[in-house]
Amino acid sequence: MTNLVVEISRYLIILLIAIYTYYNFRFFAVKDEAEQDLACRRQVVCLFMLHFLANLVIYANTESTVLIAFYVAQLAFFAAYIRLYRFFYRNVSRILVNNTCMLLCTGFVILTRLNPERAMRQFLIAAASAVATWIIPFIIDRVWQLVKFPLVYGLLGLVLLTAVWFAGNTSYGAQLALAVGGFSFQPSEFVKISFVFFAAAMFYRSVSFKNIVLTSVIAAAHVLVLVLSRDLGSALIYFVTYLVMLFVATSNWGYLGLGAVSAGVAARAAYSLFPHVRRRVLAWADPWSDVDDVGYQTAQSLFAIGTGGWFGMGLYRGMPEKIPVVDKDFVFAAVSEELGAIYALCLLFICLGCFLQFSMIAMKMQAMFYKLIAIGLGTVYITQVFLTVGGVIKFVPSTGVTLPFVSYGGSSILSTFILFGIIQGLYILKRGEEEEDEEE
Amino acid sequence: MKKSKPNPKANRGILFFAYAASALFLCMGVYMGYFIQAKSEDAINNPYNARLSTFADRTVRGKILANDGTVLAETAVASDGTETRNYPYGELFAHAVGHSTAGTTGIEDLANFYLLTSHVNLLQKTVDDLAGRKSAGDSVVTTLDVALQTVASDALGNRRGAVIAMEPDTGKILAMVSKPAYDPNAVAAGWEELAGGDSSEARLLNRATQGLYPPGSTFKIVTALQYMREHPGAYNDYEFDCGGVFERDGYRIQCYHQTAHGKQNFTQAFANSCNGAFANLGLTVDLGEMHDLAGQLMFGRDLPLAVPYSRSVYQMDEDADEWEILQTSIGQGKTLVTPMHSLLLTAAIANGGILMQPYFIDHVENAAGQQGRAFKPAVYGELMVANEADALTGLMVAAVNEGTGSALRTDAYQAAGKTGSAEFEQGKETHAWFVGFAPVERPRIAVCVIVEEGGSGGQTAAPIARKLFDEYLGAE
Repeated sequence: MTNLVVEISRYLIILLIAIYTYYNFRFFAVKDEAEQDLACRRQVVCLFMLHFLANLVIYANTESTVLIAFYVAQLAFFAAYIRLYRFFYRNVSRILVNNTCMLLCTGFVILTRLNPERAMRQFLIAAASAVATWIIPFIIDRVWQLVKFPLVYGLLGLVLLTAVWFAGNTSYGAQLALAVGGFSFQPSEFVKISFVFFAAAMFYRSVSFKNIVLTSVIAAAHVLVLVLSRDLGSALIYFVTYLVMLFVATSNWGYLGLGAVSAGVAARAAYSLFPHVRRRVLAWADPWSDVDDVGYQTAQSLFAIGTGGWFGMGLYRGMPEKIPVVDKDFVFAAVSEELGAIYALCLLFICLGCFLQFSMIAMKMQAMFYKLIAIGLGTVYITQVFLTVGGVIKFVPSTGVTLPFVSYGGSSILSTFILFGIIQGLYILKRGEEEEDEEE
Repeated sequence: MKKSKPNPKANRGILFFAYAASALFLCMGVYMGYFIQAKSEDAINNPYNARLSTFADRTVRGKILANDGTVLAETAVASDGTETRNYPYGELFAHAVGHSTAGTTGIEDLANFYLLTSHVNLLQKTVDDLAGRKSAGDSVVTTLDVALQTVASDALGNRRGAVIAMEPDTGKILAMVSKPAYDPNAVAAGWEELAGGDSSEARLLNRATQGLYPPGSTFKIVTALQYMREHPGAYNDYEFDCGGVFERDGYRIQCYHQTAHGKQNFTQAFANSCNGAFANLGLTVDLGEMHDLAGQLMFGRDLPLAVPYSRSVYQMDEDADEWEILQTSIGQGKTLVTPMHSLLLTAAIANGGILMQPYFIDHVENAAGQQGRAFKPAVYGELMVANEADALTGLMVAAVNEGTGSALRTDAYQAAGKTGSAEFEQGKETHAWFVGFAPVERPRIAVCVIVEEGGSGGQTAAPIARKLFDEYLGAE
C-alpha cells in the first residue's frame, strides 16, 4: 500500500510542479491583470496540493505523528504568509510570494526526508525571517535616505568579510562563518546585499570615470577578500553582480569587455595559484577517473541524478545521503534523485522566473538607484542559482554555494528573505506610484 | 542631492541580461536533459554507484534468455518470499551468463541494471504493490545460441581452454565457453573451494577474455600483414627453402615436429605454417612499423568489450635483438594474446577489415515479453583496409585447402583459418590454437579455439572449429 501511495504521488507531484511552472511563465505572457491573478491563484492550489502529497508520502514512509504536526505547522505558515503579505501590502507581487513558498516547500520536504531535526530548525528560521523581514517593504517605501551612505555599506561589508577571513570557522576548506554568541552566521550572505546597495548608491551619484574607479577598487577589495577566504562561489557572485550593475549604469561595452578579460586572467591565475581551484576544475573535467577522491562529490551527484532519471526514485527511495553536503550545496541533486529531473528542471525555471520578475521590476523603476538595486539583487540571486545547479549537474565546476530558499542554512534563508523583501518593497513602491498617477 | 543624469539606455542593458540568463538556463536545462537521456546509464552502472543494490528490494531479478528465448537464468520465489537464482544449464553457460549469487559476473553483471528494473504495466505494478509483492524485473535476451554453445562445450570436452564464436558482420557473440567451468547454482556454497583450490585450475577465470596465451602461429597473420604492407603486390615473390630447422647466427627455429617444408613461397609458408620462412621474413620488416601495426590491431590496447578482459601484450620495438625478432615473428617470445582478441582480429578480416563491436545483449523486454531497449550492431573501426583483409582471407583459405587447416576441408562450405601450436613451457605439450571463419563468400561465423596443452592446432583445435561451423551452417 505504501508503495502505491509513493508511486502515484510521485507522478502527481511532478504534474503539479509542471502546472505550477507553466503558470509562472503564463503570468509573464498575459497582460491582463485579472488573468495574472488567476494564474497566481492556480499556483497556490498547486502548491498546497503538492505540499500535501509530499507530506503524505513522508508519513507513509515514517508513520511519524511528529511529522504530521510539522506538516500542519508548515501549512499554517504558508497560508498565513500568503494571506498576511497581501493583507499588509495590497500591491504585493503575488508571483514572488508564491515562488518563495514553492521553493521553501521543496526545501522543507527534502530536508524532512534527509534530516527531520534540521528541517524543523530550518522551518523555525524561515518563519522568524519571514516575520522579521515583513517590515522591509514598509521601510523601502518611506526611507529614500538609504541612498545617502554608499561608503558605509561598502566599508561595513569589507570589515565583515575581512573579519571572517581572520577569525572565521573553516568548513570544507573555506572560511565562511563567524561565531557570535553561540550562533554561527555567514556574513558573505548579507554583505551581498550591502554590496549591491553600495554599488547602486555610488553609480546613482555619478558614473564619472573617477567615481567608477573608486567604486571598482572597493568592489575588487570585496572580491579579493572572498578569494583569500577561499569562498570562490561568493567571489564569483560579487564579481558578476558588480559587472552587471556597472553595465546597466553606463551601457559601456568597454567596461563589460574589460571585466570579462580581467575575469579570464583572474580565473587563469587562480587555477595556477590555488590547488583547491585546480581540484575543482579537475573534478569537473573528469570526475570518473578518480571517483574515490577528486571526483567523489561530483560523481555521487551524477549517480543520484542519473539513477533518479526523469521521474525520480520517489521520496525515501534513493540514497541522497551518499552525496557529501547534500542538504546544502548539493540539495538540487537530492531533489532530482527522489522527486525527478522534471521536478528539478521545473525548480530551475521557477528560479529563472524570479529573476525575470526582478528584471521587470528593475525596468519599471524610474530612479536609477532602485533600478540598480533590483537588477543587482536579481543578479546576485540568479548567479547563485546558476553556480549551485551548474556545479551539481557538472555544467560548471562546483563552487560550493547554496540554492536559495531550498538549501539548509540559517544565513542563507534570512538573507534570501531580505533580498526578496527588498524587491517586494520596490514593486509595492512602484505600484503605489502608478495608482497615485491614475487617481490624479 | 546632486546626481548625474541617469543612463537612458539602462533598460536595454537589463533586457540584455534577462535574455542572457534565460539562454544560459536553457542551455543548462538541455545539458541536464541530455545527461539523463543519453549519458545516465554509464553513471547508473558505475561500480561506485551504490544505488543499484536497493533496486533488488522492489524487483525480482529478471531472466536471462538465449537468442531463441530459452531460459539461461531465472529467479524462483518461494511462498515465503525466499528467492533462488537458478541456472538450468549449470556449467554450460558459467562464464558467459555468469552468476549473481556471490558478486555479479558475466551477463549477470553487464545487465544488472536491466534485470533489476521493472517495466511491467502500471496495472500489474499496482496489483503487486497492493499485494505487497515485488514486481518482476525485465528480461534480457542475449545473443547466445544454446545449440552452438553445447557443441562448443562438448567438443572441448574436459580439456582446459576456450571456444568463442561471433557473427563477423554484427558483432553478436554466439557462444563463449571456458573450461574448467563451475556450477553457478552452487557458487555461493562452494565459494571457498572455487576461490582457493588448485591455482592452475582457476575455474572462475573466464579464459576466453582473461586468459593470456602466446599466440603461436596465429600471430603469422600479423607478421604477414606487415610484410604485405611493405611489399605491396610483390609479397608472393618471397621464397624460402625449409629444411625443418632454420639456423641463424647460432639461433635455431624449428618447424612443428621439425617437418621440412621444402621450397615455400609466401602463401605456402603461411598455409603450412612454416616457422623458418616467417622467422627469416620477420628479420626484414620494419620493427617500428610492426609495433604500430600491433597497436592498430589492439595489442596493448583496450578492447571494445563490456565484460572484464585482459589486455594483450606486444613488446617488440626497434631495439629488439635477433632472437627476439625470430621468436616474435612466429608468435612466440613475449607476445601474449587473449582468445577474445584473436577472435576480434579474425572477425575483422572476415568483415572486410571492419571490426564490429562485440556484444552479448540483443534486447531487453519486460516480464510480459514486450520489447524494450534494443541494441543494434555498431562499427568499432577499420582495423585494416578491405584489400588487406581480402589478401589475408586468401592466405587463410590456402591454409585450409592446402595447409595445416585440413580438418576444415568440406564441400558444404569454404572455410578460412589459421592454426597455431604455441610453446609455453619447456617439456610441455603446445597450446593448440585455431582461428577462422566460414563461409568465405559471405562469412556468417568466426571462431577462436584454444586447447591448453592440446598439441597441434591443426589436429586438436581445428576439428572443434569444424564442429561449430557444421552446426551453425547446418552441414552435418
